[in-house]
Amino acid sequence: MEAMLAIAIGLLSGCGVYLMLRARTFPVILGLTLLSYAVNLFLFASGRLTINAPPIISAEASHYTDPIPQALVLTAIVIGFGMTAYIVTLALRGLSESGDDHVDMAVESTEAGKKGETA
Amino acid sequence: MIENSPYAFLLPLALLTAFAGVLLPLLAESHGRKLAAIAAGAVMAVSLALLVPLFALVVSGQTVVVPVEWLPDYGFNLAFRLDGLGMLFTILILGIGLLVVLYAYYYLPDKDKLGRFYALLLLFMSAMLGIVLSENLLMMVVFWEITSLSSFLLIAYKSEAYESRIAARMALVVTGGGGLALLAGIILLGQVAGSYELSQVIAAADLIKADPLYPLILTLVLLGAFTKSAQFPFHFWLPNAMAAPTPVSAYLHSATMVKAGVFLLARLYPVLSGTDAWLISVSAIGAITLVYGAYMAMYRDDFKGLLAYSTISHLGLITLLFGLSTPMSVVAGVFHIINHAIFKASLFMAAGIIDHECGTRDMRRVNGLFKLMPITATLAMVAAASMAGVPLLNGFLSKEMFFTEAVLFTGFDSSHLILPVFATIAGILAVAYSARFIHDVFFNGDPVDLPRQPHEPPRWMRVPVEILVLLCLVVGMFPARSVGTLLATAAGATLQAPLPAYDLKIWHGFNLALVMSVVALAGGVALYAQRATLIRWNDKLPSLNSKTGFERLHRFMAAQASRILAWLDNGSLQRYIALLCAFVLIYGGWASYRNMSLSDASFSGASSSPIDIAAMIALAAMALGTIGTTLLHHRRLLAVILIGIVGLVVSLTFVRFSAPDLALTQLSVEVVTIVLMLLALYYLPQTTPKESSRLRVGRDVLLAAGIGGGMALATYALLTSPFSTISDFYLQQSVPGGGGSNVVNVILVDFRGFDTLGEIAVLAMAALGAHALLDQLRLLPPKHDSAGRQWAQEPHPLFLRMLMQPLLPLALAVSVYIFLRGHNLPGGGFVAGLVTGVALILQSLAGGLSFAENRLPRSYPPLLGLGLAFAAGIGLVSWFFSRPFLTSAHGHFHLPLLGDIELASVIIFDLGVYLVVVATVLLILSELGKLHKGEQT
Repeated sequence: MEAMLAIAIGLLSGCGVYLMLRARTFPVILGLTLLSYAVNLFLFASGRLTINAPPIISAEASHYTDPIPQALVLTAIVIGFGMTAYIVTLALRGLSESGDDHVDMAVESTEAGKKGETA
Repeated sequence: MIENSPYAFLLPLALLTAFAGVLLPLLAESHGRKLAAIAAGAVMAVSLALLVPLFALVVSGQTVVVPVEWLPDYGFNLAFRLDGLGMLFTILILGIGLLVVLYAYYYLPDKDKLGRFYALLLLFMSAMLGIVLSENLLMMVVFWEITSLSSFLLIAYKSEAYESRIAARMALVVTGGGGLALLAGIILLGQVAGSYELSQVIAAADLIKADPLYPLILTLVLLGAFTKSAQFPFHFWLPNAMAAPTPVSAYLHSATMVKAGVFLLARLYPVLSGTDAWLISVSAIGAITLVYGAYMAMYRDDFKGLLAYSTISHLGLITLLFGLSTPMSVVAGVFHIINHAIFKASLFMAAGIIDHECGTRDMRRVNGLFKLMPITATLAMVAAASMAGVPLLNGFLSKEMFFTEAVLFTGFDSSHLILPVFATIAGILAVAYSARFIHDVFFNGDPVDLPRQPHEPPRWMRVPVEILVLLCLVVGMFPARSVGTLLATAAGATLQAPLPAYDLKIWHGFNLALVMSVVALAGGVALYAQRATLIRWNDKLPSLNSKTGFERLHRFMAAQASRILAWLDNGSLQRYIALLCAFVLIYGGWASYRNMSLSDASFSGASSSPIDIAAMIALAAMALGTIGTTLLHHRRLLAVILIGIVGLVVSLTFVRFSAPDLALTQLSVEVVTIVLMLLALYYLPQTTPKESSRLRVGRDVLLAAGIGGGMALATYALLTSPFSTISDFYLQQSVPGGGGSNVVNVILVDFRGFDTLGEIAVLAMAALGAHALLDQLRLLPPKHDSAGRQWAQEPHPLFLRMLMQPLLPLALAVSVYIFLRGHNLPGGGFVAGLVTGVALILQSLAGGLSFAENRLPRSYPPLLGLGLAFAAGIGLVSWFFSRPFLTSAHGHFHLPLLGDIELASVIIFDLGVYLVVVATVLLILSELGKLHKGEQT
C-alpha cells in the first residue's frame, strides 16, 4: 500500500509540474491543482497509513491514527481552494488585460518573446 | 580597573539622547532654521553634559562598563564602555560637532530649512558616539555601518548634483564594503575569543594572536579600518567626498568618519598588535599613504582637494604610528589624532568661508585674499602652519614625536635609515603643500575673475575657526597643561598597559628630530619655490587614478548584475518555474545523496500494509485521471472532468485511511473548484494551442519526471521510516481539555486555534485579492464554442430549478447539522461552510442571477470581516477571564428539543471559520457569475 501511495504522489507531482510548465494559464491552474493533491497527500502520509482508526475519541476504539497531519491538511485543502480561486481570477484578469491567455507578458513587449520563450 | 559607578546609567542615556534627538531638528524646522540649529546644538550639548560626570572616573584610571543583556545566547548584548580612548573621541565628536552646527547655520544657503541637514548630522554623530562607546564589538560594527549609511546621505546632501551622488555612492561602497569585512573579522574574533565583549577580547589577546585564524582576522579588521580612514589604495573616495557641503567635510574628515578607522586600530591595538604581520602591514600601508597623500596634495588646484589629500596623508601618519607598535609611537599616534582633528577642522571651515565668499575653490583664481579678508586669512595661515609642523603650534609637537620615533625605531632589520628618510620626505611634502595653500590663496597677486567679491564672513561664522585656531596655539605652547591628562588617559586606554615616560614640551634640545624638522621646513619651502618644474614633471607621469578604475569596476559589475537579472527575471513564468524545479531537483538530489544513510535505513526498515483490490482500482482511476488530464489538457473541458476523478480518488484515499474530516472537506472543495473552473472556462479559450517545441516538451518532461520520481522516493522513504508522533497529548486531552471527541476539529478550533485564525485570515486575503482582481473586469463573452457552434441561449433548465428549490433548505439543514456535530464527529466550520457555499451557488446556477441577487448579500467583504471578528473576538473574550488569547471553555447543557448537548465556547470560533469560508466561496463564484451579467446588459 505504501508503494502505491508513493507512486500516486509521484505521478501527481510529475504531471502537476509538467502542466505548470505550460505556456497558457488554464493548464497551469490544472497543474497547480494536481500538485496541491500531491502535497496534501504527502503531508497526510507523514502520519502514516492507518485503516479503521479515525481520530474520533470513543470507548470502543483501541487506537487512533495521528490527528495532527489531518488538521494540517484540512486547512491546507481550504487554503488551496483560496489559492486556486485567486489564480483563476488572475487568469481572467490577465486575459482581459492582454487579450490572450499566455502566462507571460504580451509576447511582443518583453524580451522573453524575442528570445522565443513562448511555448 | 573596571568599575561601575552609580552614574554609569548616564552612559547609555547619553547615547539614547543623541539618537532620540535626531528627530528634533526636523520638528523644529517649521519654526525656522535657527531653531533647527539650536535643537541640533542642544542635543549635542545635552549628550556631552550627560557624559561629563563620568569623565572624572575615567581620568582616575577607571573604565565604565554598562552591560545590558539582550540576546545573551548569541553573545549580542548592549554593552557600553567609556574609557580614555572613548572619552577623547567623545570630546572630539561632540566638541567639534557643536562648532560644525554653528558653522553650518551660516554656511548653508538661507533657503535651506536645515531640518534634514541637522537630522542627518545628528544621526551620523550618534553613530560615531556609538562606535566609540561600545563595549560589545558587534554593537560597534552596527554603529560603524550606520556611520557609512548616514555619511552617504550627508555627502549626497546636494542630491541634485550628479557629482554628489556619484561621490556618495563611492564612499558608501568603499566604507560599507569595508564594514562588511570588519563584521566578518569581528565575528571570527569573537568566536576565537569566546566573547564579543571588548574587555574579554582584550584579556584573550594572546590566545587570538596564537590562533591559526589570526591572519584572516587581522586582514578583515584592517580592511575595515583602512577603507574607513581612506588608506591607500582605498583612499579615492575621500577626495571625491569633497562634493559634500563643507561643514560635512569639516566634520567627517577631521574628527569623525575617517577617524573611525584609526579609532578601530587604537581600539583593537591591545588585541591584534605585537606581531610581525601587524607591524609590517599597518606601518607599510600607513607609510605609503603618508607620502602618497602628501605628494598628491601638492598638485591639487582645488584647495579643498588639497586639504582632502592632506587628510589622507595625516591619516597615513597616524596609521604608521600605530603600526610601529612601540608604546611611544602609540602615544604620538593618539596625540596626532587630537592635533589633526583641531587644525584640519579649522582649515576645512576656513576653506568653506573662502569658497563661500569667492564662489570658487580654484587656487589659480583665488589669490591675494589677505588684503580682502585679513582675519580669516590669518586664522587659516596659523592652522596651515600647524599642518606643516611649524614650532609653537600643536602640529609641530606630534610631528616631532613622530620624527623621534622614526629615528629610534629598530623594528625593521634591514635598514635603520628607511624610516627617518621616509619621515623627512613626508615632512618636506607637507610643508610644500601647506606653503602652496598659504601662498596661492592669500598672496600671489590678485584674484582672477572671481564670481563674487570676497569680504570677511558674518561674525559668528568665523567663531568656530577662531576657537579651533586658538586651541592650536594653546596646545602648541602649553601641551602638558592643556591636553596632557586627556592624552595620557587616552593613550593608556589604547595601550592597556602602563604609559612610557615622556615629556610634553616644545624644546627637547638639539637632536636628530629637530634637524629633520628644520630640513623639512627648509626643503618644503624650497620645493614649493620649484613648483613650476615639479608640475611639469608630474604631468609627464602616468596618472595613477583608482577613482576611474573604481568607476569602471562599478559599471562592469552593474552591467553583469543586470545581465544575470535579465536572465533570471525576464518576465517569463515558465522560466521561473523551470528554474525553481531545476533548483529543487539539484539541491534535493544533492541533499538526499548526502544523507544516503537515512534513506538506506528507511527503505529496509518498517513493514508495509497489504495491497487489496479496492486500492488497485483507486490507483488505476487516479492514474487515468492524472495522466488523462496531462495528455488531454489541450481539450480543456475534458481535462476538468478528468481532474474531477483525481479529486474524487483523493477523497476516497482519505476515507480509506481514517480521515473522515479530510474526505468531507476534499469532496466539497472539489465541487466548488470544478464549478469555479467551469465558470472560468466560459471566458477562457476552450482549447490550448499546441505550441511547445519538441525541445521544450523534452525539457519539461525531464523536469517533471525528476520531480515526480523524487516525490515518490521521498514518500516511500517517509512511509517506511520509523514513526513517532507528538499526537498522544492531543488524543488524551481532546475530551477532558477541549470538550470534543473529534480530535482534528479540537486541534483546529482549540489547541491550535491561533494557527487556524491565521489560516482563515489568509483565506480572507485570497478572497479579497480575487475581489480586487475582478473589480471593473470586462470580458467579452464567446459567441461560439471551440468547434464553432453557437452558445445555447436557453434559460436555466426547468427541471434543475424545480429540484433546487426544495433542496436548498435541506442542504442548509445538512450544513447546520455538520457544523454542530463537528466538535465530536466529522464535520465543523470548514466543511459546513463549503456545503453552504455549494448549496447557494447551485441555487443561483439553477435559478438564475435574479434569484441570487434577491436572496444573497451584494457584497461579501463585510461578511469576511464578520467571520474574522467572530473568531478573533471569542479569543479576546478569554482575556476578560484573565486567560491567554483563545482559551476555551466548555460545559454540559440541557436544551429543549435538542436534549443534552455538550457546548464549547469554541463553537463561536468555528462559526467565524464557517462565515469566512462561506463568504470566500460566495464572493468568488458569485462575482464570476456577475461578469456574465455585466455583458448581457
